[in-house]
Amino acid sequence: MHGRIRTWGPGALVLLPTVLLLGYFVYGLIGWSVNTSLTGRHTARRGPAEYVGFDNYVNLFGEDRFLNSLKNLGVLTVVFILGTLVFGLIWALLLEKGVTGEGIFRSVFLFPMAISMIASGVVWGWLLNPSQGDEARGLNRLFGIANLDFLQNAWWTGGSRWTTMASIALPAIWQLSGYIMALFLAGFRGIPGELREAARVDGASEFKLYRHVLFPQLSPIALSALIILGHMSLKLFDLIYAITGPNQFRTEVPSVYMWNTLLRSDMAKAAAISIVLLVVVAILVVPYVAYTVKQESEE
Amino acid sequence: MSATAAAEQPASKALRAKPPRSSIADGSTRLSRTVRYLILLLFLLFVLMPVYVVIITSFKTSADTSAAEQWSLPSTWTLEPWQKAWDILQPYLVRSLSLAVPGAIIASLLGSANGFVLARWRFPGANLVFAFILFGMFIPYQAVMLPLRTTFQTLNITQGVPTLLVAHVIYGIPICTLIFRNYYATVVPNEIIESARVDGAGLVQTYLRIILPVSISGFVVTLIWQFTSIWNDFLFALFLTQQSNGPVTLGLAALSGGQKVDYAASMAGALITSFPTLFVYILLGRWFIGGLMAGALKG
Repeated sequence: MHGRIRTWGPGALVLLPTVLLLGYFVYGLIGWSVNTSLTGRHTARRGPAEYVGFDNYVNLFGEDRFLNSLKNLGVLTVVFILGTLVFGLIWALLLEKGVTGEGIFRSVFLFPMAISMIASGVVWGWLLNPSQGDEARGLNRLFGIANLDFLQNAWWTGGSRWTTMASIALPAIWQLSGYIMALFLAGFRGIPGELREAARVDGASEFKLYRHVLFPQLSPIALSALIILGHMSLKLFDLIYAITGPNQFRTEVPSVYMWNTLLRSDMAKAAAISIVLLVVVAILVVPYVAYTVKQESEE
Repeated sequence: MSATAAAEQPASKALRAKPPRSSIADGSTRLSRTVRYLILLLFLLFVLMPVYVVIITSFKTSADTSAAEQWSLPSTWTLEPWQKAWDILQPYLVRSLSLAVPGAIIASLLGSANGFVLARWRFPGANLVFAFILFGMFIPYQAVMLPLRTTFQTLNITQGVPTLLVAHVIYGIPICTLIFRNYYATVVPNEIIESARVDGAGLVQTYLRIILPVSISGFVVTLIWQFTSIWNDFLFALFLTQQSNGPVTLGLAALSGGQKVDYAASMAGALITSFPTLFVYILLGRWFIGGLMAGALKG
């Protein structure tokens, strides 16, 4: 027993600070937020507050504004994930067999990823200017110059929920498609060349080669991409803040709504929104983490 | 293969691997190659379009930014917007730099030690600890933000750079640990560790003599990753600091928000803010991709 502790002890000791820090700053604080969300603390004042159970949650789900933010989030996530996956996959497919100047294409496609969402939001907020006709600015002006006036639209300021949230998703797609391209490209390059050879020898057409041989090999990467994009989209905040400003009902999602609630110092409600957000993310991520860890321990 | 396993296969290497060559005459004709290049060029223009307007706008006088002239080159080139943005952003840039550099180094060192233990000095229950750390990577920070602010007030840590530094280090540990864990699992053969153990080397000796010397590329990845994500962070900055002591994303948001926006200065500001991460990305791009893949899941 003593020997065992001697071998394992130091390792456990190295991890101890991390476990304590995360134990408090992740799990402890989540507990704290849950606790606040169950109280009637609707001011910034501290001190003991009465428990109201799940009232805050019940109220949230009965509130149009919160439901609106959830619907916005749903639309945003669908458009963003689909758009980014499609663009990323197309770019990877175009590059995967190797083209002259591949490095340049790759770098350019990837560079928006290095930029903060605030900086890109500042730029896209300008590009998505809603003015049309003679007053058109940004992208609308570009459409005018290119004689594509019919494409001019009010972006996030008018139209349906889908146009609004797709306008928000567009910059996010611009930023992250390159990343998905890199993931898929690395995936393609990781597939042994013999596999292609074998399929070709067997007389498979290019289409069948991709459909039956290459794409199935990429499905784990696609799953990762889905989780990454999904959880980024659920937490998206900076971009909306920079493009529309925080206080816009049209583009409000839970993370932004939480900030607005906080500005009114409604602690319990803000905490409840943040916990709903956590639960939504957890539904996506927990099975994935469990799966990853299980797979790793089997190796 | 999960995202974490994807990291085990250094992405930069996978991307540099030669694209597969077909010995059989390729189905793709000259025409389809031309089409492929054309499509790629169109995408290139799409990605670079915002860059073009940002650059030209940043050199325009305010008279020049009228709707009709938005996409044309400046009639007179001026550095005034750059001067204005620089004057406003300078103190923010200094704060961001003094935050991102130590933040990246400290989290990387902790991640390296943790990663070593989790990959090569395992103890019973190590997987549980791994899952515990991994989940910390995914949480929406909104769920901890309110109590985090209270905690910092209670601990009496000075608002501004110190608070953000503590937060970024703590919440950066999971991703750094994951990257190093995967890195050590592939780079360092278990036999070397075993034989060092047989020779009586303890954990600290093994780490310093065997692990640290081969850790350079691991550190490059985590340092780039941490630097970029600290530099680009907006959420922590907004929740935990004031405009007077915040980092550069907060400065840029202030410069570009409000009623009367100076577009030329905003664009110059967006560029100034993006230079450090772009510089890191251009200089160390190959590792950046590796870091993105390894750090796949942090958003």
